Amino acid sequence: MSNHDHNHSHRHNAPLSDIALRVKALESLLTEKGLVDPAALDAIVETYEKKIGPRNGAKVVAKAWTDPDYKARLLKDVTTAIAELGYGGLQGEDMVVVENTPSVHNLVVCTLCSCYPLPVLGLPPVWYKSAPYRARAVRDPRGVLKEFGIALPAETEVRVWDSTAELRYLVLPERPPGSEGMSEEALAALVSRDAMIGTAIVMLEEKTTP
Amino acid sequence: MNGIHDMGGMDGFGPIEREAEEPVFHEAWEGRVLALTRGCGAWGKWNIDRSRSGIEQMPPAEYLRASYYEKWLWRLEKLLVDAGMVTREEIERRYAETKQAAETP
Repeated sequence: MSNHDHNHSHRHNAPLSDIALRVKALESLLTEKGLVDPAALDAIVETYEKKIGPRNGAKVVAKAWTDPDYKARLLKDVTTAIAELGYGGLQGEDMVVVENTPSVHNLVVCTLCSCYPLPVLGLPPVWYKSAPYRARAVRDPRGVLKEFGIALPAETEVRVWDSTAELRYLVLPERPPGSEGMSEEALAALVSRDAMIGTAIVMLEEKTTP
Repeated sequence: MNGIHDMGGMDGFGPIEREAEEPVFHEAWEGRVLALTRGCGAWGKWNIDRSRSGIEQMPPAEYLRASYYEKWLWRLEKLLVDAGMVTREEIERRYAETKQAAETP
């Protein structure tokens, strides 16, 4: 549900749950005290629903694939490099880009909670914040990757990065073979959120050959 | 400090459940909790460490049961009360009034 009409006047059959009422009550209390402005809250919700998301990260990845100088800048100083594309802000201050290669596969987790490179990926999916992923990504990363459909050769090294409030990670996936000559825009369209967490591999669209 | 939040390496949580085409927020109140947390955080009464530690102080059984944004709401109330921005009584009174109003036909 993406509607943020918080009085829900349009949903005649759906009474608010207790927790929704509790949030509504808290918002009215804080508004009355002048601690928050509902219009500003609307803008924050809209930003996360519409403006900040994994498409941002996909553009960063595609640029790094096509522009070696940009890639060098990205690996050296993420904050400055993503700012070139207009991204930055909260929880993007201290980021590291980890590069997948034929011999190394990187996987990102936040075992303690949900730290995530917000400016380039938006808010994390529920599975990233879930107990099973947080618990197992560090203990059995290959098993986790298998659950996501990735079977790595035994000789590929898996590096797991545990995010903290101070440091967040973005995976620079491998550019798929056969993508030579594709435009930056077409490349960006191939890059999924999961590929930038390390739970997917970037592939060209499957050809439907019978 | 160890605690229930320190989940790396724990066993027994089962498979990772994924949702295709997951919305950014599953319920409107989740977005409001996030926005309220950011809005109140802007007053500078707490930093990210205090904020993280807030969630980690949730009683372990409740921590395991609660959804992500339920944890956020629990934390926001705690941070606001600890910072003296609202009182626990004000929160509970307003909730009771809001609930009563919603239940009155």
